[in-house]
Amino acid sequence: MADSSAPAGGLLTTSDGRSLKSALASAQKRAKRRAFLLVLPLLAFIVITFIVPIGQLMHQAIYNDGFSANMPRVTAWFAETPPGTPPDETAWEALALDLKDAAAARTVGVVGTRVNYEMSGTRSLFTSTARAASRFEPPYREALLEEDAKWDDPVLWGTMRQVSDAYSANFFLAALDMTRDVNGKIVPMPEDRQIYVSLFLKTFLLAGLITFTCFVLGFPIAHLLATLPMRWSNLLMILVLLPFWTSLLVRTTSWMVLLQQQGVVNNSLVSLGLISEDGRIQMIYNQAGTIIAMTHILLPFMILPLYSVMRPIPPSYVRAARSLGATSWTAFRRVYLPQTLPGVGAGSLLVFILAVGYYITPALVGGASGQLISNLIAFHMQSSLNWSLASALAALLLGAVLVLYWLYDRLVGIDNLKLG
Amino acid sequence: MRKLLVLSTALSGFAVAASAQEIAVMSWGGAYATSQIEAYHKPFTAQTGITVVNVDADNPAAPIKAQVEAGNVTVDVVDLEYADAVRLCDEGLLEVLDPSILSPAADGTAAMDDFLPGAVTDCFVATIVFSTLYAYDESKYPSDPPTTIADFFDTAKYPGKRGMRKGAKVNLEMALMADGVPADEVYALLETPEGVERAFAKLGTIKSDVIWWEAGAQPPQLLADGEVAMTTGYNGRFFAATVTEGKPFKQVFDGQVYEYDGYAIPKGAPNMDLAKQFITFATTTQALADQAKWIAYGPARQSSGPLVGMFMDGKTEMGPYMPTAANNLTNALPSSYEFWVDRDTELNERFNAWLASN
Repeated sequence: MADSSAPAGGLLTTSDGRSLKSALASAQKRAKRRAFLLVLPLLAFIVITFIVPIGQLMHQAIYNDGFSANMPRVTAWFAETPPGTPPDETAWEALALDLKDAAAARTVGVVGTRVNYEMSGTRSLFTSTARAASRFEPPYREALLEEDAKWDDPVLWGTMRQVSDAYSANFFLAALDMTRDVNGKIVPMPEDRQIYVSLFLKTFLLAGLITFTCFVLGFPIAHLLATLPMRWSNLLMILVLLPFWTSLLVRTTSWMVLLQQQGVVNNSLVSLGLISEDGRIQMIYNQAGTIIAMTHILLPFMILPLYSVMRPIPPSYVRAARSLGATSWTAFRRVYLPQTLPGVGAGSLLVFILAVGYYITPALVGGASGQLISNLIAFHMQSSLNWSLASALAALLLGAVLVLYWLYDRLVGIDNLKLG
Repeated sequence: MRKLLVLSTALSGFAVAASAQEIAVMSWGGAYATSQIEAYHKPFTAQTGITVVNVDADNPAAPIKAQVEAGNVTVDVVDLEYADAVRLCDEGLLEVLDPSILSPAADGTAAMDDFLPGAVTDCFVATIVFSTLYAYDESKYPSDPPTTIADFFDTAKYPGKRGMRKGAKVNLEMALMADGVPADEVYALLETPEGVERAFAKLGTIKSDVIWWEAGAQPPQLLADGEVAMTTGYNGRFFAATVTEGKPFKQVFDGQVYEYDGYAIPKGAPNMDLAKQFITFATTTQALADQAKWIAYGPARQSSGPLVGMFMDGKTEMGPYMPTAANNLTNALPSSYEFWVDRDTELNERFNAWLASN
């Protein structure tokens, strides 16, 4: 926008000679400020509860000062020497003194945990050596080696050098099933520890599948809702909304009651003689359980946008197509379906994005094979307490969803979205 | 006038907060929390007038780490597994406890000599010895019931689903013992890649039959629902289901893995002095013996042992149900916290990868 305070050589001026544009702007300034104050609470709310935590999460994923903050002398030595320098007596002294301080400050566990993430089996090396650290005297190399010969391991020193930098991409590497070798080169994880990439793929695949089944199940229902006479459609609407308003946990546990091996469905099948007592079907605590329960829980998110789009479509369009000779399939495909696409897009996007981040339902009914990436994020938050790795995984998930959203915008156009 | 009103209201609010003394204790829920409420919380409140609020968690170590790191500690006392307590203590997330707050045994034996070896660490006082073992539904195996840890892995002889805790800990040890490794060689073998390989291979033989549980309340539930024919779980929970609820469960102590569990104070607990007072109260010889009235976990003090008698129903002898009873220790493994604080990350990663692969 051009600078409006420029001398009024333009066309319109007010009676006191100011340009009309700047006069208007100053007159509206107050109104604008008031409008801004009105949205300020919401803005502050979003920044505090949304932007800042996501920023912290991103930061946590690349920043872990567990080593550098508690081992300042060794960290300084690493900073001064080029990579690959074998430890000299200065380094040993720094290590011994740092361990002594860390033991006194009770932070050696943090240091050990940080190194242990990169090199398994080293945590107790730090904690047990630190317990003896107050006795250490020069020459420190001999003192440390006498405590534990593992300190001489060049791989350990290489790892310590890596983690001495608080900023590190290592957690993102781990989240992508990669690691660094002794020389700092990026290499794939050993095969028996690779998990995250395949789990990301599985999560997106399952979310896609759930979105598809929601679409297949939800489309006819939404169509019925939109076309039935009011009294029937209201009843149907209640049937859709009632589960929507019911607690997520209640719905998930109801599926457990229904689907477990001694559950309602299996019992009915056995009593009808369709399956034998020993042939009870495993429908829950596996991938099938996750798909069934999540499809049911997410179904309203598909039906409601579809319904809101279908409702205003005049039935006369399809009738006109039929009267002009289209078969019912052609009329549906070329006249009705295209008009529902904004609803299909909105419903699918909603269901897919919700499904990708779902946690409770797969945790309860997914067993081993029905776990999604969010369950491993929860594992690292709650059990392994490796929050940096959890953050890296969450950041990757967030990034992947944003990429999908961008793709959707490019392919379908976000303006075509209609949520209701 | 209005200012005065505000001030007096604020002051009286302050006074109320100060007079209603209260501490929050975080534990594991279910039958275990009940035993603590009955044996520690209620008598403590009766004696001191301090209210004890029980808070449940699947594993209190996680929320405690979160609270301390976020600087918002709401819990005064926390019940932790031994390995977690050592780990959190090393990371400076727990208060250091002075062992002099522990009261001596009735005969004057110093507390440190009375507690079982290693039961008191810098930040932690053990209250119980608990065991992870397996139990089966007696009605499923009327003749020739399973008796060894190897039977748990034998789905040909003992068909039916199995329940196991979702995690590497205990499962790897049990797999090796089932594969014929003597208890005292298990951890040495697990230090080697071959040992880990062997444990996962053994777990692989029953993988398709396993339902994985996470919360301690789940295994008795899975057994009761008939979802599994046998499952690993905590012995106190099985005891509660068998004796209190009359379920036809039978525990197999062969191949059990036992460890300490007890109290610690999170760094920056809001009521530090009351928390210490509570720990002193809850770790006396009598209190520990009282807890064994409510759940089948062995007390961590030697002097409590002889005081353990009947279950609270007045007719069940606790002895045979205790993981520390001599008969139950013939093939038993004390869990090694040193092994797990070191290998936790690596083995759980591997376990998760193993679980996700087909």
